[in-house]
Amino acid sequence: MTSETLAAAVPAAPAGPHEFLYAQARWRWSEIAFWFATLLPFVLAPDYLVLASQVAITGLFALSLDLILGFSGIVSLGHAAYFGVGAYTAGLISVWGWGEPLTGLAAAGVAAGIVGYVTSFVIARFRHLALIMITLGFCLLLQEAANDANWLTGGFNGLQGVHTWRLLGIFDFDLYGYTAYAYALAGLFVIFLVARRIIHSPFGLALRGIRENSARMPAIGAPILSHIRTIYTIAAIIAGIAGAMLTQTTETVSLEALGFQRSADVLVMLIVGGTGRLYGGLIGAAVYMVARDQFSGLNPQYWYFWIGLLLIAIVMFLPNGILGGLELLARRLKVIS
Amino acid sequence: MLPALGVLFDGAAYGMLLFLMSVGLSVTLGMMNFVNLAHCSFAMLGGYVTVTLMNAAGWPFLVTLPAAFVAGAVASIVLERIFFRRFYNSSELNQCLLTIGIVFVSIATAAYIYGTDQQPMQLPSYLQGSYHVAGVDLAVYRLFLIVVAALITALLMVTLESTRFGAQVRASVNNQRMARGLGIDVDRLFAFTFALGGGLAGLGGGLALPMLGLDPSFALTYLIYVLIVVAVGGLGSIAGSLAAAVLLGVADMAGKYYVPALGSVLIYLVMLAMIMWRPSGLFGRR
Repeated sequence: MTSETLAAAVPAAPAGPHEFLYAQARWRWSEIAFWFATLLPFVLAPDYLVLASQVAITGLFALSLDLILGFSGIVSLGHAAYFGVGAYTAGLISVWGWGEPLTGLAAAGVAAGIVGYVTSFVIARFRHLALIMITLGFCLLLQEAANDANWLTGGFNGLQGVHTWRLLGIFDFDLYGYTAYAYALAGLFVIFLVARRIIHSPFGLALRGIRENSARMPAIGAPILSHIRTIYTIAAIIAGIAGAMLTQTTETVSLEALGFQRSADVLVMLIVGGTGRLYGGLIGAAVYMVARDQFSGLNPQYWYFWIGLLLIAIVMFLPNGILGGLELLARRLKVIS
Repeated sequence: MLPALGVLFDGAAYGMLLFLMSVGLSVTLGMMNFVNLAHCSFAMLGGYVTVTLMNAAGWPFLVTLPAAFVAGAVASIVLERIFFRRFYNSSELNQCLLTIGIVFVSIATAAYIYGTDQQPMQLPSYLQGSYHVAGVDLAVYRLFLIVVAALITALLMVTLESTRFGAQVRASVNNQRMARGLGIDVDRLFAFTFALGGGLAGLGGGLALPMLGLDPSFALTYLIYVLIVVAVGGLGSIAGSLAAAVLLGVADMAGKYYVPALGSVLIYLVMLAMIMWRPSGLFGRR
């Protein structure tokens, strides 16, 4: 998260700001290969499509956290709040008798976006410990409220009776997860394109400026408060959509959708993958979810032992995550050759 | 009227526990700006040391408490020397991640050794029962808690206000660079303070056993409360931490007693309101 990483993303310093942004926005071969690779589970691992759909959804959630944490420097320990709002919105709409998936997504995005917009007025004013506490407190507050509002959310037992209709009226959400993965992947791809466009716009550049030096940005005329509010709302919408997707593909909502644990998990994934890189959250989610699936025989308590060790190791030895480490490796190889 | 007094008393006892567990974090945060989310792991360690010494080695409860203090202090100084000191100039995100990692490891280790059940413990008979004063039941153990915490607070206040060590700590909290410039060995001072804070947390964990119970999720459950105390009380302020802890304890008890439907929602609402109203805490200077 230093200026070094900014410079590393652009090979040669272009002439003006527009060339700079265009150079960054160009599609690279590795990116195209990555998106083709996401289709592989259909062919290579049809037994794991349910897992793959969860990876895509979690990756989308991590992407939304990356927008605020990686690109704008807003540390949040409570991002699951918006995921949970989206998940419960989609679930409630379905329970009330409207199980159409796409409109459910839209409704969840709107609900999470409204909550995100309202809270962003508070978020934008705080930094450091106060910000961490506020995001954490808000997440816990929502979880407790959902727990207490038994009549609405089913409380501790989770929301019962969620049913998702056929996608576009044609594709049933089958047990093997074909539809679920296609649905989640398509959603992830579309939203990824939007996020990529945002990041490579002048607005995205301003966000990175805020991350690097929030005291200097107002001096060049950037309205940082409204910038932070905007990106925070966008991130909340994306998180809400991810939550709704999880609800629709699993047809359940439980309290852990908006708990501290989920906030911490998504943070871990993003850190493991690498912050501020768009792909970091996706890679991190894939590594984390697949590893957890492989070790699912382990008691969850022991799983967190390894996650804890991994976190300590990453922070101490690989501060920019897997992608940061790969970039460093690639640069070193280039120097040698 | 009378239940109100009872709630006040129980809340104060609860608040005293929270104060013991959080005062160390408040001082270390104020001094080095180091966000130590693993602070409650020291409290959990103290609790497990107390339980083990009582149940396996047959030590009397009161003797295990100093042991809990020592365990917390030793663990915190070891972690400080190995990990934390490398991160004093790092971003608070990295500090958070490092210490969350330590929390996860500590929870898993506790679950591995002790299982996930609540730890059984038997208070000595002289700490059981309750006095009946003016129509209010005062549990002996809670009275004991309040007295112990009041003694420790007085000791801390005297140490901080009128000893050379205390003056150095206050100087370092106020302006670390200036303190260094005056020849104060801030690193060593900080290691001491850290050990003291960790020790108090360990002691708090031991004392918390009969009231809050102990299982591996302790390190995470009460972390939230400790953070609330620190954030509301203000960094590096003992009086602030005490006021915030008692306020939180009473508010939590009152909330659970009078409006059980709201449950813990009330406590988070109070916290959010306090932080927004005064981001640097009740007695904060920054």
